[in-house]
Amino acid sequence: MSLHGRDLISIRDLSREEIERVLSTAKKMIPYAEGTKVTHPLEDQIVAMGFFEPSTRTRLSFESAVLRLGGGCITIADASATSMRKGETLHDTIRMLSGYSDAIVIRHPNEGAARLAAQVSDKPVINAGDGAGQHPTQTLLDLATIAEAQGTLSGLRVVLLGDLKYGRTVHSLAHALALFGAEIVLISPPTLGLPEEVAEHLDRMGARVQTEAQLHRAVREADVLYVTRIQRERFGDEAEYDKVAGSYRIDNTVLAGAKPRLIVMHPLPRTGEIAPEVDASPHAAYFRQAFLGVPVRMALLSLTLGPKGG
Amino acid sequence: MIDHIGNGLALEVLRIIGVRELDKDSTVSVALHVRSQKMGWKDIVKVENMELSPRKVNAIALIAPTASISIIRDFKVREKRSVDLPDRIVGVVRCPNPNCITNRGEPVESELEVARRRPVVLRCVYCERQVDEFLSHLL
Repeated sequence: MSLHGRDLISIRDLSREEIERVLSTAKKMIPYAEGTKVTHPLEDQIVAMGFFEPSTRTRLSFESAVLRLGGGCITIADASATSMRKGETLHDTIRMLSGYSDAIVIRHPNEGAARLAAQVSDKPVINAGDGAGQHPTQTLLDLATIAEAQGTLSGLRVVLLGDLKYGRTVHSLAHALALFGAEIVLISPPTLGLPEEVAEHLDRMGARVQTEAQLHRAVREADVLYVTRIQRERFGDEAEYDKVAGSYRIDNTVLAGAKPRLIVMHPLPRTGEIAPEVDASPHAAYFRQAFLGVPVRMALLSLTLGPKGG
Repeated sequence: MIDHIGNGLALEVLRIIGVRELDKDSTVSVALHVRSQKMGWKDIVKVENMELSPRKVNAIALIAPTASISIIRDFKVREKRSVDLPDRIVGVVRCPNPNCITNRGEPVESELEVARRRPVVLRCVYCERQVDEFLSHLL
């Protein structure tokens, strides 16, 4: 199905074929994202950035994507500077934004806000993260990073490490990996395991999922090591946090037994989960992952807003 | 008459019906913990001069999926049907996620889709949170 004029709220809105189309378009967008080639499929189009909570990476990469495609942006970067502070509902703010633009990118602290925006807006809405809910463009750029490094998404062994309970990126990524038949290995502190409903969903999809306790053993067999942040506020006891966080830290010693083509990913910002010494190793893929946010978002915007059939 | 209500759930059904709002000249009969061949134990509720709105039927279907509704006129059963859970339930159950946009004062009704039927599990259309306990979230 064409993505033209469609909303993207959850990764579940996309079929495997549609994800593949976004990723193949993103690959072609790389030289345009780097600025070595020029394209303007969004000329004369305006994309509204409704960022109702702080974001650096996501907002800047979306703005960069729009500008690289020749479009223009209007941006709410701080909700406290809008009429919402005066009590205006999101519903009314989105109605207003959809009148001013050709598409809306929304980030909001409440789960479900993007779905509401999509119902209210007569222009396409792209979810750039709603509370602890969905963040589909993060999943797409994660997949683009894996596909670029490994040449495929199928048959890979992907280790998801860290906070698997509250980390929204891993839930969406696990769904997408299951679509492509990857083998998923879970490592987390006992209190931060995958929520039951996510595990059940993966099970219904027929995903191959296993839990592993030994980090070294999981790393040895892995093609991808996806590390997430373990947040201090999830632990009542500071000492307990330090102990848990320390046991999941990735450094060159942990990576010593890894396959040569293993990539280490992280949605960033990191807070000590990956030692800086790993940055220089060929395994480090997290800065490339952050860069790929631009061509992936360019691909999505051009397929959604560009000439039909994009 | 609402028959085959799960044992001990009749008072919840009365709450859904809005028994306090009924005319005082409508007789309401309640039978709790009745022996049943089919269910072992069941509850029964009988209310005179009342029609159930689709929204109330949906709410009953959620908490008492085994229930059947009979319309009785002139001492005869004129119509009998089991409650049927639709694929989407609007304005009946509040999403239990306090951070869901439907709980933040927006002009929007709660909307949940059926994720599983036995036992019933709903999923919020907005925040995608699953709900498997409805009594404390009925609107």
